[in-house]
Amino acid sequence: MNDLTSGLKRRRATDKVATGVVYLTALIAIIPLVSILIVVFSRGIAAINAEFFTSTMRNISPRREGGGIFHAFIGTLEQVGVATLIAVPVGIMVAIFLVEYGSRGKLAAAVSFFVDVMTGVPSIVAGLFIYTCFILTFGFDRSGFAAALSLTILMLPVVVRTAEEMLKLVPMDLREASYALGVPKWVTIIKIVIPTALSGIITGVMLAVARVAGETAPLLLTTFMTQSLNLDVFSGPQAAIPTFVWDQIANGTNPSMDRAWAGALVLIVLVAVIYIVAKVLAARFAPKSK
Amino acid sequence: MNGDKVFFGLSRAAGVFVLLLTLGIGVFLAVTAVPALRENTANFFTTQQWLPDANPPAFGIAALAFGTVMTAIIAMVLAVPVGTGIALFVAIYAKPTLGKVVAFLVDLLAAVPSIIFGLWGLEFLMGNMIGVSAWLDTWFGWIPLFANDQDVYTRSIFIAGVVLAIMIIPTISAVTREVFVQTPQGHVEAALALGATRWEMIRMVVFPYSRPGMISAAMLGLGRALGETIAVALLLSALFEINWHITEPGGNTFAANIALKWNEAGSIGLSALVASGLVLFLITLAVNMAARLIVARKRDFVEGH
Repeated sequence: MNDLTSGLKRRRATDKVATGVVYLTALIAIIPLVSILIVVFSRGIAAINAEFFTSTMRNISPRREGGGIFHAFIGTLEQVGVATLIAVPVGIMVAIFLVEYGSRGKLAAAVSFFVDVMTGVPSIVAGLFIYTCFILTFGFDRSGFAAALSLTILMLPVVVRTAEEMLKLVPMDLREASYALGVPKWVTIIKIVIPTALSGIITGVMLAVARVAGETAPLLLTTFMTQSLNLDVFSGPQAAIPTFVWDQIANGTNPSMDRAWAGALVLIVLVAVIYIVAKVLAARFAPKSK
Repeated sequence: MNGDKVFFGLSRAAGVFVLLLTLGIGVFLAVTAVPALRENTANFFTTQQWLPDANPPAFGIAALAFGTVMTAIIAMVLAVPVGTGIALFVAIYAKPTLGKVVAFLVDLLAAVPSIIFGLWGLEFLMGNMIGVSAWLDTWFGWIPLFANDQDVYTRSIFIAGVVLAIMIIPTISAVTREVFVQTPQGHVEAALALGATRWEMIRMVVFPYSRPGMISAAMLGLGRALGETIAVALLLSALFEINWHITEPGGNTFAANIALKWNEAGSIGLSALVASGLVLFLITLAVNMAARLIVARKRDFVEGH
């Protein structure tokens, strides 16, 4: 009897310890995020002013204060925009193939598997690929467009996965009702299936955009840095917010570090806003049934 | 009818395009790597220096491979227990609302760009980790791994590993969380009804059921840690030597080396960097494929049941 109660005590103690450890890990997980947010906000705010958003770094020496992120902001906007314009249609077509046409086929299984594998391709490898393929082999120059292509590689698997999930959620009844009315399959997909899944696909695309907007490594390999505004995504050097931060860190002077932190603050706010809006939309449009 | 054929063809082409893309990455990297590998006068796998643009070129990936694997191991040792703990908290311990909040915050951590992790690690965490490294040196210095003969504790493999751990915790906890949630409720209740404590229930029901998912979650995290570039490039001091003293300055990884050397490399230099990138690609590809296959086998097992 004594053995039993002491055994029970020990088991309960173990359980208590385990509970404590689990709660502790949840706390540990929150600390870095909070710390990053506090540090980025407190150090980034110093160089934030109207000039920072409206001017470029043209003719501003690293030792001087002032200048801004306008050229980098435009660069990120254009590069991520072009990447989205390519990745979204291709990604949705892949998802349509997987859900509407390919189910149970060998090709579909292979495509699905490699979409998963592509999710794990390191971003620098995406940059290397665009460099070796688009720039070395096809002979194009480094440009914002090359950067956009490397971002496309990173966006594509995310878009395919979310679009696939959303298409699967569209009830079969809708498709069958459409077929029964004599509507061809492809018209059904375009007019019925896609519109039904659209809100979910859009939030998925936004999450993909949030992921690639902060990418630095592929841009370093596929574009040249510049301190000036370049509106043409197809030619010449073009800055982006992540490479702007990288460049300012490399300068290393005090004014440059202030600008690096301010750039980091702009980047983190940009990414967080896209991310949070996408999550809120996803929660609102989530199917209620399950 | 014709529209159907065209549309099917288009969607099939998009699918094939994805296959070709993955294949293409390997092919283009391999072709570009050939010139440097041919000119190289040193052993590509065992040399601890990187002079591809010298005459004659001599470079090897030994130091890069060591740094990549070492930082990833440190990251895994720290991130797997913490990530699993978070998943347990969200899936089992916490009330649904609190669990959702924690899950959201951890997911948000995954959205933080790596350059911000690097900047934060460099300017904030590194200074605050000196004490930890010194403490390891003082008390565990008799283990060669933690010995520090230089009394400089910054820009080390250890600090890079800690930052990588923070970066892969969201990956690990998100995947693990999903498999924990799928544990059959009947098994959970049966264990509890038989008098198991919550921890015993987790060890006897949740963990065995979730093991394949947990392994693949860890491997997905590993893949991310191996390929992370910018944060590591900002933190490490990029030395080309294998140093087992992980709290001393030093170390370099495949990805960080490519980012740091890219804009100063000549034609053989670029080709050599692509060669090292190919090795990185093949390693991450193998890790990711293994992770996916484990999950796929598990899915068959569950659905076949």
